Amino acid sequence: MIVYILRRLGATLIVMAVVALFVFSLLFLTPGDPAAVIAGDVATPDDIQQIREKLGLNKPFLVQFGGWVVRLLHGDLGTSIFTNLPVTKLIAQRVQPTLSLTLLTLFVAVLVAVPIGVIAAAKAGTWTDRSVMGFSVLAFSIPVFVLAYVLISIFSIHLEWLPVQGYRQFGDGLWPWLSHLILPSIALGTVYTALIARITRAAMLDVLAQDYIRTANAKGLAPRAVLTRHALKNAGVPIITVIGIGVALLISGAIVTETVFAIPGIGRLTVDAILRRDYPIIQGVILLFSGIYVLINLLVDLSYRLFDPRIRY
Amino acid sequence: MATAVLAVPRSVSPTWQRFREALRRHPTAIVGALVLMAMVLIAVLAPWLGTTDPLALSPVERLRSPSGEHWFGTDMLGRDVYSRVIYGSRISMTVGVAVAALSIAIGLAIGLVTGFVRWLDAVVMRVMDGLMSIPSVLLAIALMALTKASVGNVIVAITLAEVPRVVRLVRSLVLSLREQPYVEAAVAAGTNLPLILLRHILPNTVAPLLVQGTYICASAMITEALLSFIGAGTPPNVPSWGNIMAEARSMFQLAAYLIYFPGVFLSLTVLAVNLLGDGMRDALDPRLARRM
Repeated sequence: MIVYILRRLGATLIVMAVVALFVFSLLFLTPGDPAAVIAGDVATPDDIQQIREKLGLNKPFLVQFGGWVVRLLHGDLGTSIFTNLPVTKLIAQRVQPTLSLTLLTLFVAVLVAVPIGVIAAAKAGTWTDRSVMGFSVLAFSIPVFVLAYVLISIFSIHLEWLPVQGYRQFGDGLWPWLSHLILPSIALGTVYTALIARITRAAMLDVLAQDYIRTANAKGLAPRAVLTRHALKNAGVPIITVIGIGVALLISGAIVTETVFAIPGIGRLTVDAILRRDYPIIQGVILLFSGIYVLINLLVDLSYRLFDPRIRY
Repeated sequence: MATAVLAVPRSVSPTWQRFREALRRHPTAIVGALVLMAMVLIAVLAPWLGTTDPLALSPVERLRSPSGEHWFGTDMLGRDVYSRVIYGSRISMTVGVAVAALSIAIGLAIGLVTGFVRWLDAVVMRVMDGLMSIPSVLLAIALMALTKASVGNVIVAITLAEVPRVVRLVRSLVLSLREQPYVEAAVAAGTNLPLILLRHILPNTVAPLLVQGTYICASAMITEALLSFIGAGTPPNVPSWGNIMAEARSMFQLAAYLIYFPGVFLSLTVLAVNLLGDGMRDALDPRLARRM
């Protein structure tokens, strides 16, 4: 077990190193002069030169990369070109809204998706099943922001139940905080829910075809107990896997959702950085999100044994 | 002996037969195909569908609601939204098809080689793992932040994010195919590697890649719209669906139709591609059909 964890940690470090190398090298690999692109169309040669120095583009690649990695390992993600503030500080200021949004969405989505998938599998071939599958295809086809605007127009503009945009700190009270997150969470979580429900259904159908399920049914176990204790637990590995992989959807989706709902989170920071071509911020956000994503999937890997003790590391 | 002609009629390939049968069993796939064909026609015939110049400004007529003259209304610069949406289909289609074709071609090449050349495998797969751990939209954002906005660059950015998934798929196919007796036989017979790949491996990757390609196409269209929506996609002067919606962002409470028309077109197109993909997957992989 320990050996396995260490080996997986090693692999994770390699993956993160590849990510860092890639994100860094992009500055050099992209055709044309990135400093000129970042400076924009109205920049003077002086501006371009300044940005080049700021990004360290005037030094040889290896020197820059080395320095960058050393600073990175000290927790320094660089300095924003536009505001001259450290990227870590800019990101830290924006963590709470993004964390609230994604965590809330994750929990609600899992709580909704797994039962839906189980029911669909239990009633395979019926209209219940077909509507779950229909919902999932639809959810895969509607972009997050289109769904977000539909929700706003129904629940905020017509019914006036929920605020149109904005964010309240958790410290401002539970309801103000929650009410600003309900619509963003639904918009963000729909694809994620569809994905998990679909895999849950597929995994359950696989398990339900097994002999021990027939045995459990034959010995007169309550159908509910068969579904949850016998089937769902054994379908756990693919479900938890897709919950981990799907976090990528949450991360990408959060960027758009925060834009639509004017939530001052990391996604909004990213979009502002794109408009100003503030590459250090984008670099920092990618490293952070990729790191979280890799870490979550590492935890998912390590959790397999909880569901299936037969798995030996 | 000269008359020993086999009485078996020229058989239709079983894959093809299964394909047709499954399509019959999946009316949704047919619907998807029809909607998709309609969208392709719309994209091709855009100039003849009662459109005007999608870029023509008319400040006097800005933000008009849908009417007989402007079917989908006009935007904040007085441009005809119907024309913009119809022409926008060209961008989405181009991006979707180009990304699917490019990422399949590149992923196939890398996957085939790494599946057979073992020492390359470890290195390439670590790189692919790294690329895959960057959420694809973020990867595209990084590229778009460093290059000039253009449709071509959007295609490259999304392709780069999709390639690792194709490599993974091809590699896993190759790893299982190379254990097949007919491949071992070919190896034993001294067939050289390129010929084995071409004759024995490649044909068996076509079906899964076709399915994967439709999904890539669907997700590329969504990613393009998403990138354009946050200002990291096609340049603002290109009437893509994402751009139309991006420009309407601040205008939503005033003119929701600016978001709904392109939004519905985009969702319908992606839905059609997804339905077609699901139908093809069921047709080509009967084992999966029951489950997914």
